[in-house]
Amino acid sequence: MNVVFYLLAALTIAGGLAAMLLKHLIHAALAVTVAFAGLALLFLQLDAQFAGFAQILVYIGAVAILIVFAILLTHGAELPRGGVFSGTWFVGLAIAAGVFAVLGWAVLQSVHALPQQTAAPAVTVHDIGNALVGSYVLPLEIVALLLTAATIGAVIVAMHEKAGQK
Amino acid sequence: MTALTSPLTGYLLVAALLFAIGLAGALVRRNAIMVLIGIELMLNAANLNFIAFWRYGPHPEALTGMMFAIFSIAVAAAEAAVGLGLVIAIYRHTNTTELDKINRMKG
Amino acid sequence: MSATSFFSRLDQIFVLLRNWLVGFLPPTMRPAAGVVLAVMAIVCVFPGLFALTTVFERKGLGRMQNRLGPNRVGPFGFFQPVADGIKSLTKEDIVPISADGLVHFLAPLVLVVTVFMGFAVLPMGRNMVLVDMDAGVLFFFAMGAATEISVFMAGWSSRNKYSLLGAMRAIAQMISYEVVLLLSTVSVVMIAGSLSLPKIIDAQNQYSWGLPHWYIFTPWGLGAFIMYAIAATAETNRSPFDLPEGESELVAGYHTEYSGFKFALFFLGEYLAMFSISGMGTTLFLGGWSAPLAALNWIPSWIWFFGKVMMSIFVFIWMRGTLPRLRQDQLMNFAWKFVLPFTLLNLLVTALWRFLGEGWPRWVLCTLILAAAYVLMGRAGLYRKHIGPRSYRYAE
Repeated sequence: MNVVFYLLAALTIAGGLAAMLLKHLIHAALAVTVAFAGLALLFLQLDAQFAGFAQILVYIGAVAILIVFAILLTHGAELPRGGVFSGTWFVGLAIAAGVFAVLGWAVLQSVHALPQQTAAPAVTVHDIGNALVGSYVLPLEIVALLLTAATIGAVIVAMHEKAGQK
Repeated sequence: MTALTSPLTGYLLVAALLFAIGLAGALVRRNAIMVLIGIELMLNAANLNFIAFWRYGPHPEALTGMMFAIFSIAVAAAEAAVGLGLVIAIYRHTNTTELDKINRMKG
Repeated sequence: MSATSFFSRLDQIFVLLRNWLVGFLPPTMRPAAGVVLAVMAIVCVFPGLFALTTVFERKGLGRMQNRLGPNRVGPFGFFQPVADGIKSLTKEDIVPISADGLVHFLAPLVLVVTVFMGFAVLPMGRNMVLVDMDAGVLFFFAMGAATEISVFMAGWSSRNKYSLLGAMRAIAQMISYEVVLLLSTVSVVMIAGSLSLPKIIDAQNQYSWGLPHWYIFTPWGLGAFIMYAIAATAETNRSPFDLPEGESELVAGYHTEYSGFKFALFFLGEYLAMFSISGMGTTLFLGGWSAPLAALNWIPSWIWFFGKVMMSIFVFIWMRGTLPRLRQDQLMNFAWKFVLPFTLLNLLVTALWRFLGEGWPRWVLCTLILAAAYVLMGRAGLYRKHIGPRSYRYAE
């Protein structure tokens, strides 16, 4: 395993950890943006160029901005008085540790059964386009409908209510 | 232990760790937005898994993993938008985003 | 040496120079060294152009406003950027006490890094693209999207309500016009059949009766180019869309609290974004490095590319000197209610163009549809607005 992978993995994990541990919400949002960037670079290292650039465009360019706007609109930039971790944090941590233990054990146990192809796949954007309107046209249309519904729904949910209707 | 002989193992372990971190954050943090950030991290970890298996799997020209990841990115963006819209609407109604305080069904 | 081979060598002079310099190294290091040299060239050339553009802008604006512009430093004021550079390097770097230190420091860095990355896919001449990526257009717009984070970081970390307001306005504007930018590019990608910029230029590098096949000379291409130009002006926060940084409105918007070299980095980032987006616009619509007439092919390709980019910059400066600033709600209204529907219609017309095949009917039909849509949408936009006679109020 080469150095680049270790560096990118360290960057991503550090971003994720910082996002979950930092008290200040905006810093946590920026840390998760770093995690997204690290993941995009990992995708690029896996020769998935389209997915990597789409990750940057969608996650860093849109989802991170959404998170930041939501934090600002809900006045989350001030630190809460009761602490940021819930009272039963130990249980949550134990559950997450248990999930990681199970997943890690499964991965390490099945090393010999994992696929081993190492030649870089010669996949171009042309192939992705053909697949999208070929065998994946139904998911494409459904995702289009979903995105339309989500856009309209988000606007309606977050719209200012008319006065006197509360 | 003959672990880490496959390049895929590293990616899968990173994805598992990221998933666990996202899960811990979603379960432990009080603020609703932090829970949503944890969910986004979990979705990203799953995407990493998909792409890693696509790259090292037997038929990368079938593009299954890549398609899954692309659709997952689109759906996660839509879900983040709706989720954050809900958080904003709830904040307007109850003036708080702490999940412990939003514990009554009747507003 | 014959004339054509001299001019073809002149055309490839930078490539030949790089190959010669890299030839001194052992073969294993050559690709990496080649890339490093090309990156160094980009990092030197574009800030140099930035310096030149600042002078052009100030003198151009001055002339448009019936005054001279800077004319003290150097002949006709052309060494003004040297003076500006020295000033910005030696100014005190003031960071407000309550500002968020790390984020405040990183914001200009993130901006400059992501903007420089956008230059990696622009073909600046024949064989002169740094990385010929299969998904070049997508990479370019991904880098453009990443600049929004730096705008937010700058505005928020200053702990200043004007900065935050300016940053929010800038981000809302950039997000709205990003959709328009992408959709107008999709028209070009649809016809060229590839996301890779050298291939898009190759598709435009053909000539019929001496005139080139640039996409701007087609009805859908002209519509897409105009929408792209509007969106590019909004993306780079230039007049008439510069409310987020309008000096008379918000002090300086999201870079209010930056002084000295960090402010110079923001300035550099903004102008480099202008170059980068103009470069993309020329590649997509104006044929990149190809010459306008087949007879002029002997002029080196990089001269054509940079000439077209500087023409676009001139148009940016011209718009700044001429048009009044749009208010934020007018700007957003314009984006979502006129530009975006028109761009979607343009996409449809592009598909129609491709579907109808060669011949004169597609020209007539597409032009008619676009012209009718433009007129009708314009009328519809003005429908409920009662623009009565101008009223004057005099101070008592």
